[in-house]
Amino acid sequence: MTDISMTVNGKAVSGSVEGRTLLVDFLRNDLRLTGTHVGCDTSQCGACVVHVDGLAVKACTMFAAEADGAEVATIEGQANADGSLNVIQQAFQDHHGLQCGFCTPGMVMSAAALLKDNPKPTEAEIRDYLEGNICRCTGYHNIVKAIMAASGQDVGAIAAE
Amino acid sequence: MPKDGGIGAATTRREDVRFLTGKGTYTDDIQRFGQAAAVFARSQVANGLIKSIDTSAAAAMPGVLAIFTGDDFVDVGGNPAGWLINSRDGEPMKEPKRPVLAHGKVRHVGDAYAAVIAETAEQARDAVEAIEADIEELPAIVDMAAALAGDNYVHDEIETNQCFDWGWIEDNRAAVDEAIKNAPHVTTLELVNNRLVPNAVEPRSSMAEYNASDDSYVLHTTSQNPHLTRLLISAFVLGIPENKLTVIAPDVGGGFGSKIYHYGEEALVLAAAKKVGRPVRWTADRTESFLTDAHGRDHVTKIELACDKDGKFLAFRTETMANVGAYLSNFSTATPTFLHGTLMAGNYTVPVIYTNVKAVFTNTAPVDAYRGAGRPEATFSIERVIDKAARELGIDPMEIRRRNFIKADQFPYAGAAGLEYDSGDYHALMDKLEQKVDRAGFAARRAASEAKGKLRGLGINTYVEACGIAPSNLVGVLGSRVGLYDAATVRVNATGNLAIMVGAHSHGQGHETVFPQIVGEMLGIDPASIEIVHGDTSKIPFGMGTYGSRSLAVCGSAMVRATEKIIAKASKIAAHMLEASAEDVEFADGAFTVKGTDKSVGFGEVALKAYIPHEFPIEDIEPGLEETAFYDPANFTYPAGAYACEVEVDPDTGQVSIERFIAVDDVGNVMNPIIVQGQIHGGVGQGVGQALLEGAVYDSEGQLLTGSYMDYTMPRAADLPFVEIDNSCVTPCTHNPLGVKGCGEAGAIGSPATVVNAVVDALQSGGKDVTHIDMPLTPGRVWAAMQ
Amino acid sequence: MYAFEIERPETVADAAAALTGEAQALGGGQTLIPTLKQRLASPEKLVSLAGIAEMKGVCTGDDGRLCVGGATTHATVAAEAGSFPALAELASHIGDPAVRNRGTIGGSLANNDPAACYPAAVLGAGATIVTNTREIAADDFFDGMFTTALNEGEIITEVKFPVAQKANYQKFVQPASRFAMVGVFVAQTAEGVRVAVTGASEGGVFRWSEAEAALSANFDASALDGLSLDADGMIGDLHGSPAYRAHLVKVMTGRAVKAAA
Ligand SMILES: Cc1cc2nc3c(=O)[nH]c(=O)nc-3n(C[C@H](O)[C@H](O)[C@H](O)COP(=O)(O)OP(=O)(O)OC[C@H]3O[C@@H](n4cnc5c(N)ncnc54)[C@H](O)[C@@H]3O)c2cc1C
Ligand code: FES
Ligand code: FES
Repeated sequence: MTDISMTVNGKAVSGSVEGRTLLVDFLRNDLRLTGTHVGCDTSQCGACVVHVDGLAVKACTMFAAEADGAEVATIEGQANADGSLNVIQQAFQDHHGLQCGFCTPGMVMSAAALLKDNPKPTEAEIRDYLEGNICRCTGYHNIVKAIMAASGQDVGAIAAE
Repeated sequence: MPKDGGIGAATTRREDVRFLTGKGTYTDDIQRFGQAAAVFARSQVANGLIKSIDTSAAAAMPGVLAIFTGDDFVDVGGNPAGWLINSRDGEPMKEPKRPVLAHGKVRHVGDAYAAVIAETAEQARDAVEAIEADIEELPAIVDMAAALAGDNYVHDEIETNQCFDWGWIEDNRAAVDEAIKNAPHVTTLELVNNRLVPNAVEPRSSMAEYNASDDSYVLHTTSQNPHLTRLLISAFVLGIPENKLTVIAPDVGGGFGSKIYHYGEEALVLAAAKKVGRPVRWTADRTESFLTDAHGRDHVTKIELACDKDGKFLAFRTETMANVGAYLSNFSTATPTFLHGTLMAGNYTVPVIYTNVKAVFTNTAPVDAYRGAGRPEATFSIERVIDKAARELGIDPMEIRRRNFIKADQFPYAGAAGLEYDSGDYHALMDKLEQKVDRAGFAARRAASEAKGKLRGLGINTYVEACGIAPSNLVGVLGSRVGLYDAATVRVNATGNLAIMVGAHSHGQGHETVFPQIVGEMLGIDPASIEIVHGDTSKIPFGMGTYGSRSLAVCGSAMVRATEKIIAKASKIAAHMLEASAEDVEFADGAFTVKGTDKSVGFGEVALKAYIPHEFPIEDIEPGLEETAFYDPANFTYPAGAYACEVEVDPDTGQVSIERFIAVDDVGNVMNPIIVQGQIHGGVGQGVGQALLEGAVYDSEGQLLTGSYMDYTMPRAADLPFVEIDNSCVTPCTHNPLGVKGCGEAGAIGSPATVVNAVVDALQSGGKDVTHIDMPLTPGRVWAAMQ
Repeated sequence: MYAFEIERPETVADAAAALTGEAQALGGGQTLIPTLKQRLASPEKLVSLAGIAEMKGVCTGDDGRLCVGGATTHATVAAEAGSFPALAELASHIGDPAVRNRGTIGGSLANNDPAACYPAAVLGAGATIVTNTREIAADDFFDGMFTTALNEGEIITEVKFPVAQKANYQKFVQPASRFAMVGVFVAQTAEGVRVAVTGASEGGVFRWSEAEAALSANFDASALDGLSLDADGMIGDLHGSPAYRAHLVKVMTGRAVKAAA
């Protein structure tokens, strides 16, 4: 077992983990932050996306020990300080960008990473960026729309209004 | 009050807040003190004789608490099939036992033959590797035609691989043969409806707790219908009395059919929780999901369409082999029969139809209902053969369909496949589609594509489906072993807010938002004061769950009926409060008023009176305000639609891209348009996935070649365009109180043929003599078809 | 996963010292971790290279070659290899953003997946692989599917790319995994044109010498017209037949020539 400590959603946390403990398991089991999900075993679905030192990563494909000393952000820390939904979360609600909600934390974290790098992405850029985030429910229509809306673009003209 | 958030309002979903902040509670999120983990030993071979299983070394491994094998379940029942199908000769279908753990033989890769319970999942996994199983590999039965012809059986005791040989409608067989023999034109198409893996993003998971003090159990599980799961476990599998078993399906991360069914893992964790005296959890990894979730589709079909020179349809004749896999899953026998054969009339007036379905056991995962369930298979066959016929006869694809549509004034219409459609207007749907497609502009769009070196095609498709499953009397006659009603309890609290306990289960459909819109409108109160309770057998009267686009049409109707009972009782209480007779009291906008006066009392005051029954006519009216209704539909509902798709095909690589997708659907009255659109987006995503990307493939040894996302292509965001949706053509359902039809499966039913028709159109425009390509239309297949 | 320990050294020397016995290097883990989950490997120790500063980053060497540290992530190469646009572009299409934030060039090359992208760039550009003990020319490095010239415990510390006059990488994705079903890297250099193909062959990445000759004579897609690649030895699977892959190689080569900049 190795002792590790890191900052998660702005709070200092520590724990003792095995080498094989994945970051996602540390978050879910040790810290009880169960918003980060596991949907596959081949690092492809993106249900587990969190930010480590500001970068989107798949928490199922990184060991907890590798995040020792890092700043980790998860879906649980995304809301505004007063508890209200942040711009991206709000856009997902406004535009029905989620159904079962299982892919949603990863989608929101990926969207946040995208908008940080590219504040006004085109539809094609958003679709391309979401290559590693699988959603089975929404056909992505409203996810893409929500991300466009969150970036301040007018989505009124998009099909199916 | 309700006008803003009532029926038809585009209310955003209240449940989103918990999902968007990571506060959802899915089964795997629930942890109990002392919880142990279950891991299964699964067969590596498709067909094998279990000669011995030695668990002694595994039992001695660190952390191991218990080990189960098939021997531990020989005295309990099997997981039953929910629908009895009789063959054409009157013989009942073959129903081999489906045990909790394989016994004697393993029958597909992934078939579980043992389970280890340990302190942690990794320890259990270590111990699984230490189990010494001597399994003699037998030749695998994979190909359906070979399975029917051969004498190597998936289940030796039934001495055949044919589960049933079903004819619908058997009495029409001769007439159909005759019509086809004499028809001026017959179009024939052989096709494969590709096998799909549902792939809800949340893998299946089950966690059981046992309470020794009263010998009771709680099972948390990823289920679309917890009551059915409880019923199956209690009545058939473990025999735990229903009153001692609570089944809870908390937040569930998508189902699409795969989580309707009861699976052996649920029974195993229950038995294990009792044996080790601790909560026991199992969560599938994705590989297990691929190997053991019930798959969908998998038909090999020959369809013939007889028509006259003008393209008027004279008969459909279909022969299908439907794969049921190694064991019968709960609805696997209904899906290729009564959800498929009965839909073979499509939107058309066809005099006679005959469909023959042979269900075949193979050494593959069980196959059952997956989004659309039988209806996508029917629609694909019909709409592909019609498209081919239109080309052969030189008739425009919209025109040939219009010539054969049931006309609006013909409803209710009893079709040749045995169903009576209550309402519809297929011409209106096609007109709307034509208007949205802009056919006049297509030539220019095609030219623009060609200028880029691409071929462009337009695909047209219509569908009608039967959902709102289902009238119990009817399905009872057809072989269903369950009733398919649903139930709701409306509880008005003393302070006027409500809890509604519903038998439907929301795993993405938005019931928590939409159901209150309806009751809020009916009661004239703020929907925000209404809470929906679902997914817990200890809180809900009963329910048959969510699938077959039935939640609103069936459970929603039960909720309306219960609310009507509330209004009736509240009117009596109000009449008493207003010192009037009940007949003189009317209810509108949340208030009870004595007709022609301004004497009135609000709903909230009546609710309070019901619970503080001072000066209450206790002789005539019981205190309290809570009502339950069970609703059994009078008929299926029949959503219909007209779809179009424009594709570009890269002739150099065979790559297909969807440039436009237009879905015009009549789903009946719309309770919340954004939810309806979302359901159609998702359905189209899965339908396009089936058409272009997805396909489960087993090799001749029964190994699943597409056992992970590395080889099974899931639709990604870049595979789909924005979908243009229109729901303005509404013919309300005539037999349920809300006039709703259902929208959950429409997209998955309507889109596969739309896409394939478009690709064929594109290839023909490029001078290629291609009339059909089997799904999925991967670049490699499209390119090969062009050579 | 079987149990193991993780070490996080800060220098190549410490990493090399730690990589003895049943120890294995851990780059970004984007290949190794899924492999460990399947219990297909059982190292006793993983030595993470992520904390070794001297193995990270992109720079231009004195000889004008672009030097990429062995532990540099795909995202960093995409962002910082601007002087070799074809390489930056290639890196920007490996996997998805989260994979690119972790996966490294050293891990990709050491793994030598037959469908991986970097091997095409390294072979196509004629790069040199620098390890903690030696330098290996690209032509000597790749040894068929999942095999390389690396010795046990040897660490890729750097990759040096001669910057081509013109180059481009065209990737035709395998639809499920989104790795390359066929990827072709074309580089026009002073010594001639190099064409490296990934994804297609059962032998892993290879150079298409007929195309190189034709393009060296005339760097135009039309130069490929008469050529065809033998389908023998091409991968055939449910995503495409050997003939289809052979055909795609030609199509992608032509596109790469047209797009080369
Ligand atoms: C969803 C997904 C999509 C992907 N798509 C693509 C794609 O399109 N194209 C593509 O090319 N790749 C793709 N990859 C693979 C990805 O590029 C990996 O990052 C890469 O193959 C391995 O790099 P790594 O740093 O993650 O190595 P690791 O996984 O850590 O290690 C891989 C192997 O290399 C060894 N190793 C690691 N670093 C070194 C080093 N410096 N020296 C010596 N040995 C070392 C390890 O011991 C191990 O054997 C994808 C991966 C995923 C998960
Ligand atoms: S769980 Fe699927 S990518 Fe991490
Ligand atoms: S909302 Fe269900 S998987 Fe995306």
